[in-house]
Amino acid sequence: MQKQSHRGLSIRTVVAIGIGAAIVFLLKRFGSVPTGVPNTNIDTSYGFLAFFASLFGPIAGFIIGFLGHMLNDLTYGTPWWTWVFTTGIFGGVIGLFWKRFDVEGGNFGVKKIVSFNVLQVITNLVAWVLLAPTLDILVYSEPANKVYLQGIVSGISNAISTGVIGTILLVIYAASRTKRGSLKRE
Amino acid sequence: MSFQLFGFDDQDTWLHHLSGATKLLAFLGLSIIAMISYDARFLAAITIMSLILFKQAHITWRQIRLVTKFILFFSILNLLAVYVFSPEYGVHLYGTRHLILGSTGYFTLTQEQLFYELNLTLKYIVTVPLALIFLMTTNPSEFASSLNKVGLSYKVSYSVALALRYIPDVQSEYHQISLAQQARGYELSRKANLWQRLQGAGKILIPLVFASLDRIDTVSRAMELRRFGRYRKRTWYMGRDFHASDWLTLLATVLIIILGIALFKVNDGRFWNPFR
Repeated sequence: MQKQSHRGLSIRTVVAIGIGAAIVFLLKRFGSVPTGVPNTNIDTSYGFLAFFASLFGPIAGFIIGFLGHMLNDLTYGTPWWTWVFTTGIFGGVIGLFWKRFDVEGGNFGVKKIVSFNVLQVITNLVAWVLLAPTLDILVYSEPANKVYLQGIVSGISNAISTGVIGTILLVIYAASRTKRGSLKRE
Repeated sequence: MSFQLFGFDDQDTWLHHLSGATKLLAFLGLSIIAMISYDARFLAAITIMSLILFKQAHITWRQIRLVTKFILFFSILNLLAVYVFSPEYGVHLYGTRHLILGSTGYFTLTQEQLFYELNLTLKYIVTVPLALIFLMTTNPSEFASSLNKVGLSYKVSYSVALALRYIPDVQSEYHQISLAQQARGYELSRKANLWQRLQGAGKILIPLVFASLDRIDTVSRAMELRRFGRYRKRTWYMGRDFHASDWLTLLATVLIIILGIALFKVNDGRFWNPFR
């Protein structure tokens, strides 16, 4: 008789990781919005990733980001591991605050919108302006000014993506939930 | 929209018979050592080896034409960017200066820079044949069971299997929603301006996300009814045992990695410096 397990990821989280990673993969491939500046796209997958991380927590956030980005890079032949890892970290950090945002509770008002956006801007900037370029220099030994400029550009565009798309998804989703405490005993 | 991700193509070569775990470990090991090493000889040798393997996997040019063009385009772009931002970076790395063109201006051309960019080029392309072999010779379901075999928890392995399973479904859903929104008159093509395109992205994303949340509920209920996750272990329908060829492949990978690490000692660091 095998031992039973009650710990670990819930079934819903397992499925959410799988389907979330599939969506991140597709958005990276088809869902980029060109900004008009050559070679600079707004990558809608980060808005989606922040949304799913807020719904399903840090472990799901990390794996969805890592897996989705890795699969996308793999089809181009060269997984750029430093950036793949940073996408995972971004999902994980946003996911850490899932209990605080409590989107399932059906309440995502102005206060939460503001704190979500402060959190996501800080996370995006730390991830793309500091973490990813520094890893690039350490691991791939690329010129510093090039990778930091790339980092600043992606930091800003990912913050826009998360701010617009992530916020919209969170607000709509919360509106579709029943508000916590909306039922009263008579 | 017809780009297929895991263009798994069932054939009868020894690479197809290897277990997915073997191919995954070999790919990860080689891609990590190639990521760290800056020894052009070592990188060139791995590139040649992976091209030979590529030949043996019976992959046709038609299957990889699109990907190859993408990779070439991005590599060239990146190499140019490196040069524009830091034309003297090679000099900085290798400590000597052999001028070919220019002398005092910002844009000089040195042998060191060319050599550094050659190294970068090798790094961009070295794992590409391996990644394509991996994608085209590995059955996705067998791949998930291999992840479990190399020590990942089976729940996470199953998530990976689900991701691979649902990419085509989510893709066709994405395409349908996009067509439906265009039929309603929303401009999603290149003609629209940035704001319209961002809105357009939202018009696809929102239905897609909510349809997917429903899908998550349906799939997880079905799995719950089949008592997924009740035990600490599970078996895999597509699981495959290791054969002699698997062990030999892993042994070869380990030897290559040891060689790469030995070269760090010989070269006094990650860089092989032919200018000294």
